[in-house]
Amino acid sequence: MTDVIRTDGLTKFYGTKCVVNRLNLRIQQGQVYGFLGRNGAGKSTTIKMLMGMVQPDSGGAELLGESITDMKPETRGRIAYIAEGHPLYNWMTVAEAVRFSRSFHRQWNNTLAEQILDHFELPRKRKLRRLSNGQRAQVSLAIAVAPEPELLILDDPTLGLDTVVRRDFLESLIQIIQREGRTILFSSHILGDVERVADRIGVMVDGVLRVDCPTDHFRESVKKLVLDFAGPAPEDFTCPGLVNSWNLGSQLELVLVGYDEEQRAAVESLEPRNIEIVDLNLEEAFIEYTRGRRRSLPFLAQETGDDQSTRDQGAA
Amino acid sequence: MRFTCDTSSRTPIYRQLIEQVRSGVARGRLLPGERLPSVRQLSRELVVNPNTIARAYTELERDGTLITQQGRGVFVAEPRNDLTKRARQRHLEEQLEQLIVEAVHLGFSADEFVALLHKRMEQFAFPSSSPSEASS
Repeated sequence: MTDVIRTDGLTKFYGTKCVVNRLNLRIQQGQVYGFLGRNGAGKSTTIKMLMGMVQPDSGGAELLGESITDMKPETRGRIAYIAEGHPLYNWMTVAEAVRFSRSFHRQWNNTLAEQILDHFELPRKRKLRRLSNGQRAQVSLAIAVAPEPELLILDDPTLGLDTVVRRDFLESLIQIIQREGRTILFSSHILGDVERVADRIGVMVDGVLRVDCPTDHFRESVKKLVLDFAGPAPEDFTCPGLVNSWNLGSQLELVLVGYDEEQRAAVESLEPRNIEIVDLNLEEAFIEYTRGRRRSLPFLAQETGDDQSTRDQGAA
Repeated sequence: MRFTCDTSSRTPIYRQLIEQVRSGVARGRLLPGERLPSVRQLSRELVVNPNTIARAYTELERDGTLITQQGRGVFVAEPRNDLTKRARQRHLEEQLEQLIVEAVHLGFSADEFVALLHKRMEQFAFPSSSPSEASS
């Protein structure tokens, strides 16, 4: 498998704050990668560095095998980018915006662009400033997809869209995924959407990529345990992979990552009366994971069958 | 049969699909030889990554519920039993045991339990008689 996106120690400081901390991201061809994290975790900065809009302080990145610092225009043309909030020139009409973007591209599938505009029933002569947020998102999708890019980078594309428009947008995304070999990186806060379309997720916490694994693997590995005790629950319990714990009198609630035999033995040694293991959905798993005691977060990564994928942010 | 997917559920999407197909077969809503939507079709219909659908189908093929015919599509397989009758019965008894424990704890009498069981069974398509012992 080839890495379509590859970053090596990518780092960015804003003032003294490290917003992206030695990021080693690998995204393989054909993957749909959900890039998650709370506001300010470093997702947008990472994406802007990939797109050459923000200069890294150290480290580097390659897209489609070429360094982002000296990328050939032809290579740039094989990459589509939808920025947060779908910025477009508001004084243009829909048709003008499409024609304008077309002039930057060597390859342009106009039938596809027209199909998307038709599908969303976008009036060609309407000024962009008179469109709704949803319609602007649809225009930017049409423009992004028309050059038939091999790599699509979308920064929170469904932000501010209503439920129906969001679903339409995802449907279009699914159709793009079904075209062979397309790679997509998208950031989002809507975990239900991510679960639908992402093969793999990455979670940024305070500039560090803390999770990088298949979507199902993440949700299955984060478990909540509820322990009942005859007397007061023990204080200061700790074990590897513990993300968070709450002492509720005679109950102890634990959130664990990568629940295994070792953790089970540690929990059982507390001799609770009962242990209940609660599965979490992706959103619950994400919330439990990211609001935990940040400094002590355990890492979660899984091999993709490629030795390059071993994460080494552990030192961060 | 229409499939659904619920991302607020604690069951992963591919598991939800597996359960829906298995339940559909057991209830007779999906008949042996019936064709299922292709991975691409279902992916578009449910707005779910095609790999997720493919994963569910692969697992259902492995357990013998579905069968892929090259170039023709995915079909509901004829029922077959690789396990001996004894092994299958043991598996069923384990499941029944859990159910009975729950029924007793919830305070149902034996008669009520049996009546409920009969009522629910009407919704399912049981084979007319137990298939013969598998040779393996």
